[in-house]
Amino acid sequence: MTTEAFLSVQGLSKTYPRAGGGEPLPVFEDVSFGIERGEFVCIVGHSGCGKTTILNILAGLEEASAGFVFMDRREVRGASLDRGVVFQGHALMPWLSVLQNIAFAVKSRWPDWSRARIAEHSRRFIALVGLAGAEDKKPAELSGGMKQRVGIARAFAIQPKMLLLDEPFGALDALTRGVIQDELLRICASTHQTVFMITHDVDEAILLADRILLMSNGPRARVAEIVRNTMPRDRTRLTIHHDPQYYRIRNHLVDFLVHRSQLIQQGGTDLQSARAGEPAREVTPGLEGEPPSRPAQPSAIPAIPETHP
Amino acid sequence: MAMTLNVKAALLSLLLLACALGAWQLAAMPPGSASGPGAAARTAADDEYAKLMGKTASTQKTSGLPTLGQMGETMARHLSDPFYDNGPNDKGIAIQLGASLARVGAGYGLAALIAIPLGFLIGMSPLMHRALDPFIQVLKPISPLAWMPLALYTIKDAAISGIFVIFICSIWPMLINTAFGVAGVRREWLNVARTLEVRPLRRALLVILPAAAPTILTGMRISMGIAWLVIVAAEMLVGGTGIGYFVWNEWNNLSLTNVIFAILMIGVVGMLLDLMFARLQRAVTYRE
Repeated sequence: MTTEAFLSVQGLSKTYPRAGGGEPLPVFEDVSFGIERGEFVCIVGHSGCGKTTILNILAGLEEASAGFVFMDRREVRGASLDRGVVFQGHALMPWLSVLQNIAFAVKSRWPDWSRARIAEHSRRFIALVGLAGAEDKKPAELSGGMKQRVGIARAFAIQPKMLLLDEPFGALDALTRGVIQDELLRICASTHQTVFMITHDVDEAILLADRILLMSNGPRARVAEIVRNTMPRDRTRLTIHHDPQYYRIRNHLVDFLVHRSQLIQQGGTDLQSARAGEPAREVTPGLEGEPPSRPAQPSAIPAIPETHP
Repeated sequence: MAMTLNVKAALLSLLLLACALGAWQLAAMPPGSASGPGAAARTAADDEYAKLMGKTASTQKTSGLPTLGQMGETMARHLSDPFYDNGPNDKGIAIQLGASLARVGAGYGLAALIAIPLGFLIGMSPLMHRALDPFIQVLKPISPLAWMPLALYTIKDAAISGIFVIFICSIWPMLINTAFGVAGVRREWLNVARTLEVRPLRRALLVILPAAAPTILTGMRISMGIAWLVIVAAEMLVGGTGIGYFVWNEWNNLSLTNVIFAILMIGVVGMLLDLMFARLQRAVTYRE
């Protein structure tokens, strides 16, 4: 099924050796999903479920213990210019100016370009994220939001086949975050960029993503469910909450994060999610007619034996 | 009231200088030069004796320390003609300092050429770090002058031995700081380089070098300080030219004025070298 997709992740798992010896537990196992060309996919889950590790494996910065990643029908091995990464801590080089930071990436992508062409191309992407005029500033002179924009501009400037964002707005205040989210949406819509993004923020996921991967808690985390965002793609931050679908999707996500992600990890029965070994089910909680997933009542949580590792 | 801290500090410095110079002048004054019993009791026999001893009668008995006036005169004389050359034992101060700086430059330059690439290797490879660490730990605490006999025996050339001693003393801080700086380059910058498929040489020069430059420069500054300390001692041993040899030679001439002048010059040049490296350090330091 997923072999057709632009990016295909099959049976991925990652095990770190345990510090105190003993049986090592996989952080996540049997993670499979696909991303279509031009699709925006968010992955949501609690800390420690291995989201960043998955992103690093997609980027080629880490190796999986098992499983495969294919992009464009070729296996992902090592980092590549085909996949641009926006790092959690922006990762700008502090000794370079904004322009130089981006030119460094552009020069890496097109080593034969002339200096003038590199500068022109870099300036275009600086303008795209609304930082025209700040080209010669050093990162230390920029605010957190501006730094993250430079990080985004750097990733877009190399025109990768796929963009990977590791919680890019986590450290930003709500206002700045909103503005940059809008910018990201606008740029992605105009460039038809394929994006994979980690977030902790449910609202951010609903605003940006076409599909949202829900991960159960680690260790032995899995992609438990895939939520399709059925709202029209021209949604904006200002109007999104007028759509009745918004609340249905939001409730579904929050319910998953608050109750079900734990249940799955503890081996409890969660009938709505796939069992281990099966591909994650795709659901459309936004559409009416789908049985609304009510938050589980305390009494509805099965008694959990205290035997989990 | 409205004096800035800098002005206050400058005034205090001047005051301390004046005190020090005053104390010097007092100590240097010939005992009883004013009208003590010594002068009055001088007889013809004393003068005769002084003549026999090769001193003219006019030579006053001094404490040995030059007075401020003599000192100033010597400094003016040296500084007004720094480049004269009257044979091996009588050269201008600039020639002496130049010889020392050339030796330091050669030894230090060689050390930098080896220490910085080797430091890169050690910083990037945990294997090399562990393999080379025992050697570094043993060689580092050896006083550079302890190498001198071995250097003289193997190299059989005093001038090159001097350069070798400078080389061996300035290599360690540079090596250790380079390795430390390179090993401490932030993971995310290296990850950026990886995702951009930056080639190893370009990564070393454009990512690791600027990232580690402040730490490397600190090591270079420490090394230069040590090299300038050691050159004086080394030149006292190997002789020839150089400020260290000049100090030793003037001590043999019993010319304390020249010794004190040379000491001051060593201090001034050392300060200028350090200032230069401080400038460089500021140029490569980045704010995160």
